[in-house]
Amino acid sequence: MNDYPSPAVPAVELEAVARSFGSRTVLEGVTLQVARGELFGLLGPSGSGKTTLIKLITGIDAADSGTVRLLGERMPKLSMFQRFGYLAQSDALYGELTAKENLQFFASLFGLSGTRRDERIRAAMGVVDLLEHLNKPVNAYSGGMKRRLSLAIALLHEPELLLLDEPTVGIDPVLRQSIWRELLAMRDRGTTLILTTHVMDEADKCDRIGLIREGRLTAVGSPSALKAQTGTDTIEDAFIALGGGARA
Amino acid sequence: MRVRALAIRIIRQFVRDKRTLALLFLAPLLVLSLMYFVFNGQEVKPDLGIVNAPAPFAERLARLDAHIVAYPNPDQAERALADGDLDAVLTFANGQPALRLEGSDPSTNRAVLLLLQQAMQAEVPGVQLQISYLHGKADLTSFDSFGPVLIGFFSFFFVFLLAGVAFLRERTTGTLERLLATPIRRSEVVAGYLSGFGLFTLLQAALIAWYAIGVLGLYMDGSIWLVLLLNLLLSLTALTLGTLLSSFAGSEFQIIQFIPLVIVPQVFFSGLFNLDAMNPWLQKLSYAMPLYYGADAMRSVMLRGEGFADIQTDVYVLLGFSVAFAVLNVFALKKQRAI
Repeated sequence: MNDYPSPAVPAVELEAVARSFGSRTVLEGVTLQVARGELFGLLGPSGSGKTTLIKLITGIDAADSGTVRLLGERMPKLSMFQRFGYLAQSDALYGELTAKENLQFFASLFGLSGTRRDERIRAAMGVVDLLEHLNKPVNAYSGGMKRRLSLAIALLHEPELLLLDEPTVGIDPVLRQSIWRELLAMRDRGTTLILTTHVMDEADKCDRIGLIREGRLTAVGSPSALKAQTGTDTIEDAFIALGGGARA
Repeated sequence: MRVRALAIRIIRQFVRDKRTLALLFLAPLLVLSLMYFVFNGQEVKPDLGIVNAPAPFAERLARLDAHIVAYPNPDQAERALADGDLDAVLTFANGQPALRLEGSDPSTNRAVLLLLQQAMQAEVPGVQLQISYLHGKADLTSFDSFGPVLIGFFSFFFVFLLAGVAFLRERTTGTLERLLATPIRRSEVVAGYLSGFGLFTLLQAALIAWYAIGVLGLYMDGSIWLVLLLNLLLSLTALTLGTLLSSFAGSEFQIIQFIPLVIVPQVFFSGLFNLDAMNPWLQKLSYAMPLYYGADAMRSVMLRGEGFADIQTDVYVLLGFSVAFAVLNVFALKKQRAI
């Protein structure tokens, strides 16, 4: 049913994208391509513009200048919301409702119904290991469980592209590993993943990372290339070296 | 389908939130009951002191509905008046009556004057005034008279507050952003909210109207269906206005700040108070206020028994307000999502 564009079309294509709120410039001159099937990480301190960039890619927000293309389509475009899964930075869940009711709600928004909907709910909850808590109200969930439920919601409609804003925030190390295993498995099945993080060892697991600082993309490359380029041993050191030493 | 999913979600959330349900359904009943007891009490019997009254006149007074106390001299009566024991003193000097009122409460003043008028009228034999009513009845209380406005006001006020806070919470908790990261249209968000909340406002409107008329015995001369229709339209206006204004509020507290700006002025212009004495230019402000149309139509139906033909302008204006607020809300959502 979905007319998949040829693999030659990049998953995400940004050209000279700028965005400011009032007099505050949040993003400036961001040009970036993310290939299909890639696991791409946006790394940067908080307030550097990561979330704004993700929102521009989703089409929730629109760029002031420059172009944003998602799977070949010029953004923002309403029908594109069907094509990607999104995990927001804050867990946007309805606490009075059970996990299942939350999932049913979002599944319906994506046009899933009947047995197909129930199948997808069980599959997504299986991925994040929450199947046994399906009928609990979300208010009774721990922080980590809420994060996993949010991730399950992003996976519901089996999108070809996932945009994840800080997916592992507030999740314990064991579970973080299992989520990363799942993210890597999805990448291997051909899903494109773009995520933001400020955890350096997570950045190491990405195919490529983009370093973002004060609204500018300062470097893009594979973790090993960035380390080689700066002659450092860790992403953390590479990040500091590439930031131009501009530390407060 | 998306509208339905959103409506179902809102209904589920609502049913879980017992306190909010209680506020929506029980609070208006409580306040209406209080108003009933305040304004529907027995007629106030004035306390009247008389000094040197001719015997026949004193007898006539005693037959009327008042507490009459006779004082031997004006000084004692004056002291009783000052102490607050009396509302007025009637003194006769050389056959000429003089009335001295306590004076701080206009309604008591009127009651005393009315009482004396009745007593004086009986002096003139033969002339009997025939009294009849086009609308209402002889024992129509103030509660009967502004009850229709109150029904409309409570439907409006509580729905405004709840809709505003609910939509605001959707925004501040981030669920609105999450919701808008799905293929839902902005108009579907507004329609979903209208239908989900609409169900509860419909129930609330029916409950308030039934309670006021069936339990409190509010004077009702027209069709209950028209009352329900008007109440529902008022609630819809409150619902659309509440969600629209919540786009301009940053917190629950800022929603509360809209009450003196948006709700209180509407109360003054709703017909609870007679505006005829007001500057005509200021009177025109009422045309911008939804509650004015709702209250006007409610009174027409309940007090004057008017039919749909008489209130249709009010109905269309209220519908117009709802549609306008809903459309503006669709545009206001652009602030949350570019498309």
